[in-house]
Amino acid sequence: MSQSVYDRIGGEAAVNAAVDLFYRKVLADDRINGFFADTDMEKQAAKQKAFLTMALGGPNNYTGEDMRKGHAHLVERGLNDSHFDAVMENLGATLKELGVPDDLIGEAAAIAESTRNDVLGK
Amino acid sequence: MSKVVYQGRSYERQDDETVLRCLLRNGIHVPYSCESGACQSCVMQVTSGEIPPNAQEDLKETQKSLGYFKPCVCKPEGDLEIIALDDAHKQKHQVTVVEKCFLNDEILRLRLACDEPLEYRAGQFINLFNGDLIRSYSLASLPGSDEMLELHIKRVPTGAMSNWLCDDVQVGDQLSIAGPMGECFYHEVDGEKGLLAVGSGSGLAPLWGVVRDALAQGFEKPIILCHGAMSAENLYYVDELRRLEKAHPNFSYFPCLSDVEASELPAGMFSGYPNDVAFAQQPTVAKWQIFLCGHPEMVDQTKRKAFLLGASLTDIHADPFVPASSA
Repeated sequence: MSQSVYDRIGGEAAVNAAVDLFYRKVLADDRINGFFADTDMEKQAAKQKAFLTMALGGPNNYTGEDMRKGHAHLVERGLNDSHFDAVMENLGATLKELGVPDDLIGEAAAIAESTRNDVLGK
Repeated sequence: MSKVVYQGRSYERQDDETVLRCLLRNGIHVPYSCESGACQSCVMQVTSGEIPPNAQEDLKETQKSLGYFKPCVCKPEGDLEIIALDDAHKQKHQVTVVEKCFLNDEILRLRLACDEPLEYRAGQFINLFNGDLIRSYSLASLPGSDEMLELHIKRVPTGAMSNWLCDDVQVGDQLSIAGPMGECFYHEVDGEKGLLAVGSGSGLAPLWGVVRDALAQGFEKPIILCHGAMSAENLYYVDELRRLEKAHPNFSYFPCLSDVEASELPAGMFSGYPNDVAFAQQPTVAKWQIFLCGHPEMVDQTKRKAFLLGASLTDIHADPFVPASSA
């Protein structure tokens, strides 16, 4: 098994650098920021970090069921594919801004993509 | 083999076991989720022992200085004594009211002498008790400089606690407090470029402590304090803050009035909400430390805005309690 993207870009320190950048993009994105209007920013940033860690293939213990439960209330509020696409776009842009090579961005995107059905409750 | 001491009992940590796993194995309930140091659900506080650096990675500098750590990624070399964050809030102290003074029509200043010296950081808060009533108030005093604890209490027309403090409590009375709590205090951060403090009403209290604390610690970068009220009569400490401004060229004070037209403004005052005035003065806040206290909606909005304007979340300090405006 080859090294994960997480390890290749520098592990937790790299993710820490990515969290603020990624979360700032998400909050500034009018397509999706409505879902974050009333959330506690610190807790949300911690979740964004967990998400990025997972997307980069780093250590995590999330299951599909966790993803489903964690997003069910948002699906009720209308969370759909277009919003998932917007998050994917912000993820790609964040990693690009940090100078992550395209092939690694592709790997990260594939992992994130694999959660789509669970996140959207399909 | 190292030990973990929690609630007076000692637990042997097995080889390569994290502190979280050790507690869970012993049947101790700890909330947790990711087990990879990301979600911060399981954060606890060390009271004695060495914390490995990775177990504090990405926590706020203020939290690190309080001994907060992430048990799920913590494999200490030696023994650790730890407490849950909730337990830190339960330590009670007796205080005596030594001064009662109204700073304006609605804000009361209480000065309290603590029976035993209270160790706290300027900007932290305490809980004050009156029978079953509990309210949180920020400390306005600066340890080492102010002998007494100082609270600013806003009288709320229907507030059971604030009316009791304003009307019934007398100098010489004994009160019960618990704390100190909170992470809203100044702690030096590498590469910091400035300090922006924004408060409304009695939300000035922690900022008055934090700003003086930063200055006392030799903070040389710009410090901006924006304090908001509806009109000039609702402000307080204007003279004190002007004096501080004269004594420290890097400190600027902006009194902000939300209900006064620009044409009617008293000299040296600003029209608008303190958060709007703050970002007009300082439009980019990357690497700035941000301190917020006051109206919850103002605090939330300002937190978000500061983050979008470049401040790191770990540099934005606002305690989660609802301040005295609703007490």
